[in-house]
Amino acid sequence: MNGQLDIEPLLDKMEAGLRQLLQERGVSSPALIGIRTGGVWLAAELARRLQLQEPFGELDISFYRDDFSRIGLNPKVKPSSLPFDTADRDVVLIDDVIMSGRTIRAAMNEIFDYGRPASIILATLIDLGARELPVQPDVRGLALRLETSQRIKLRGPDPLRIELEQA
Amino acid sequence: MIATATGPHHLQLTREGQLRHFLTLDGLGRELLTDILDTADSFIEVGERTIKKVPLLRGRTVVNLFFESSTRTRSTFELAAKRLSADVLNLDISTSATSKGESLADTLYNLEAMASDMFVVRHAQSGAPHFIAESVTPKVAIINAGDGRHAHPTQAMLDMLTIRQHKKTFAGLKVAIVGDVLHSRVARSQIRALNELGVAEVRVIAPGTLLPRDVEALGCTVEYDMMRGMKDLDVVIMLRLQKERMEGALLPSEGEFYRLYGLDRAKLALAKPDCIVMHPGPINRGVEIESAVADGPQSVILNQVTNGIAIRMAVMSMAMGGQLAERQQALNDIAKQEVRS
Repeated sequence: MNGQLDIEPLLDKMEAGLRQLLQERGVSSPALIGIRTGGVWLAAELARRLQLQEPFGELDISFYRDDFSRIGLNPKVKPSSLPFDTADRDVVLIDDVIMSGRTIRAAMNEIFDYGRPASIILATLIDLGARELPVQPDVRGLALRLETSQRIKLRGPDPLRIELEQA
Repeated sequence: MIATATGPHHLQLTREGQLRHFLTLDGLGRELLTDILDTADSFIEVGERTIKKVPLLRGRTVVNLFFESSTRTRSTFELAAKRLSADVLNLDISTSATSKGESLADTLYNLEAMASDMFVVRHAQSGAPHFIAESVTPKVAIINAGDGRHAHPTQAMLDMLTIRQHKKTFAGLKVAIVGDVLHSRVARSQIRALNELGVAEVRVIAPGTLLPRDVEALGCTVEYDMMRGMKDLDVVIMLRLQKERMEGALLPSEGEFYRLYGLDRAKLALAKPDCIVMHPGPINRGVEIESAVADGPQSVILNQVTNGIAIRMAVMSMAMGGQLAERQQALNDIAKQEVRS
């Protein structure tokens, strides 16, 4: 399978899932944080859909990766930018694809260095399984199992689209 | 098998072109210098957080080896290492083992045997950090914190970071370095970095007695008259008059030097109105620079200090990363050979 996957229904599902979860938990003003690069595009989209006034945060997890001792520092690291204090906030952490769970582990460690959040909800567009850590998304657009020869990539930011590639 | 690059400039890079030591700016291209500045920008953000620490060097041991005294450089290296979560050992070598007759190499072998991962070296001899990286402890990442009159690459890079913050780009900039260029390892590294990053002009302003021979060959123009030299400047970098290094009659007097080459408000007014004033510290007020200028609105001297921590975090994490990646590569190579045989 080569080509594109329609992203709109997936975004609708994420939006609906988030609305429901935030309501259940009684969270009226969540703090959105996207993980670079895809997660930041999604955070912008979800902030718009949820009509949040507050700017969303951008996280670059390069300084928290657990493979530093294997491959060294990512030379293209950019500053993280959280325009709010995470202490006592209900955070929605957003990424495009979840697999091993290692990125999310790193992201949560980084968030805690900005302050102790009241809670974190994890929202991912696509869940590819193959987890190596006990980290599960609370909200997801789609669960998918890829053949070993397949690759999936979120392109954006305008328009946001999902590309499936045959390697 | 790719041929391993050799020569002094390649000693500090891995096969993949990652930093593994940081000894000199010679041989480092614009792309790598820009990567260092970009990485430092990210560390500036870390310095503004509640918890100013990232786990990159957690479990690693960094030894500050200062064979020559220094307050600012040593303390910013120490803070940088701690903000990277490393364990830090500060050794003032002049008061320790070497005074008991232990050789430099033996001191280093002992520190290496304590599983040190990085040495930050300051030494009065030009080339000492290079010698250590090449011949003594090549598996330990070596960071040059100033060697003789040769180089002070982290100081030059923090200056570049400060310039970029205020001027956004290096293209078209006219930058002057004023004062004791002869004794300055900082000036050599600055001239190299400014040229590599593509400024329009590097100008040195000093009396002939405080300039090295063939100074133009470093990549700069020379101006003996500071009043003329201040014209059109975007950046003026003052150097400290190295009184402790002054031997013989290189200067008539401090007062005379200040009159001719000290940066006061009148001379600064000859530069562009948005010209920034820099100084690597420690400043000699009333010798190189007037207090009103050092503390004035165009001064970015304290920005330089803040940026020093970020640059040192960048260089230390990049070099440590390069060393570790190279070790991993070597292990992978061995594993591949075992599969084949």
